[in-house]
Amino acid sequence: MVIRHTVAAVTTCMTIAVPIPAPACPDIPIPKPRRDCAAGLRVNMKRARMSETARELTKDEARALLEAVGRDRDMAAFEALFRHYGPRIKAYMARLARDGSIAEELMQETMIAVWNKAAQFEPGRGNVSTWIFTIARNLRIDAYRKTRRPDFDPNDPAFVPDDTPPADAVVEERQEAERLRSAMAVLPQEQLELLRLSFFNDCSHSSIAETLNLPLGTVKSRIRLAFAKLRAALEDGQ
Amino acid sequence: MTVRHHVSDELLLAYAAGTLEEGWRLAVATHLALCPDCRKRLSLMEDAGGQLLEEIAPEPALATSFERLRQRVLHEGAAARPSPAGTRSAAPARAASPVLPEPLRSYVGGDVETLKWKSLGRGAYHIPIKTDDGTTMVRLLRIPAGKPVPEHGHGGRELTLVLSGSFHDGEELFARGDLEEADANVQHQPVATPGEDCICLAVTDAPLKFRSWLVRLVQPVLGI
Repeated sequence: MVIRHTVAAVTTCMTIAVPIPAPACPDIPIPKPRRDCAAGLRVNMKRARMSETARELTKDEARALLEAVGRDRDMAAFEALFRHYGPRIKAYMARLARDGSIAEELMQETMIAVWNKAAQFEPGRGNVSTWIFTIARNLRIDAYRKTRRPDFDPNDPAFVPDDTPPADAVVEERQEAERLRSAMAVLPQEQLELLRLSFFNDCSHSSIAETLNLPLGTVKSRIRLAFAKLRAALEDGQ
Repeated sequence: MTVRHHVSDELLLAYAAGTLEEGWRLAVATHLALCPDCRKRLSLMEDAGGQLLEEIAPEPALATSFERLRQRVLHEGAAARPSPAGTRSAAPARAASPVLPEPLRSYVGGDVETLKWKSLGRGAYHIPIKTDDGTTMVRLLRIPAGKPVPEHGHGGRELTLVLSGSFHDGEELFARGDLEEADANVQHQPVATPGEDCICLAVTDAPLKFRSWLVRLVQPVLGI
């Protein structure tokens, strides 16, 4: 099986020589991040054993809970979100943090941002897991890199707006999320693995290529194939 | 305006994953400001990231975790930490749309008419842009109209984002918003289109080991 084979091949997992960034959150002492390009493989095997675990929260439930937090400052709804997302965010943070207490801290920071920004969540513009992922990702970047994090600004007069405003939104969003989930479920394992390594482990594609003992061109073409399939799956549904 | 040359999947994925170093990220973010199509592709990737987060093997939070969180949001959450969104634009509101979109405009401290170009000779100008990643070299470049640049190869990755004017590279035309992504294997021969100087953002691997067409252009001046 592909995964087992690659795990065996991974012996040279890299610690990439990067300058150690100063922590962006002054109250969290953050050591040099762990850039372990193989960690995803091991955790993924763990995940495979847990794959029968029931989903605890549907996307609609998550959306309703987040809206309740934004609108009513509903602590019970916040707790339900925390029970579902807290451990997932912590696992995401733990991919770079050697120390569990740092992952815990960054998870707390993420959940506080979820609380503070909940009212800004626009249900038609993305689903809850995406929204939380981007918050966690930005916090992780800011914690581990001392650089600025340049981003586009939709309020900038030079910003070129979308050609077509999103059609109705919540229904559309729900259907797209479902199509994406289905499409990801049938992605070839090797492509899904690359996406996990890319999203979770802060490894460049060239270090992933080296770790998996693949030519860089193969890594790139798998990424393109994966997104071509996901895009096609979304277009099919329209 | 329709952007014809887009950011590649692998670069956009690195942006979506948050793994792109600052210099590259600046070029991709500025391209995204000008390209709704690529923002749509970015959304899909972020959705994929969200879906992977749903499926990640959870790491149990501390037993006291939620109680601590509850105390924190009750005591510090309410008023604190307003969202920084939309607070960073460097130029005052005005009728004409700036040539330099955010986030680039903030990096150079204003729009084109305020820039202090430094001559490179031969009619070319540049403005180095400071980033802190230590691995990229970022500059704004102004190439004189109609000026050809000698054919050459690369030592690394190079991103060129056109902001005004245009250039041809072989058969391909690159105009505002277009992003040319080149790597060590690419031979190219860009020529600024006659009639207008071409202003572009150029990001390359950090210098010295490296000879891009932009660096080649400035080599006689900088002696690198």
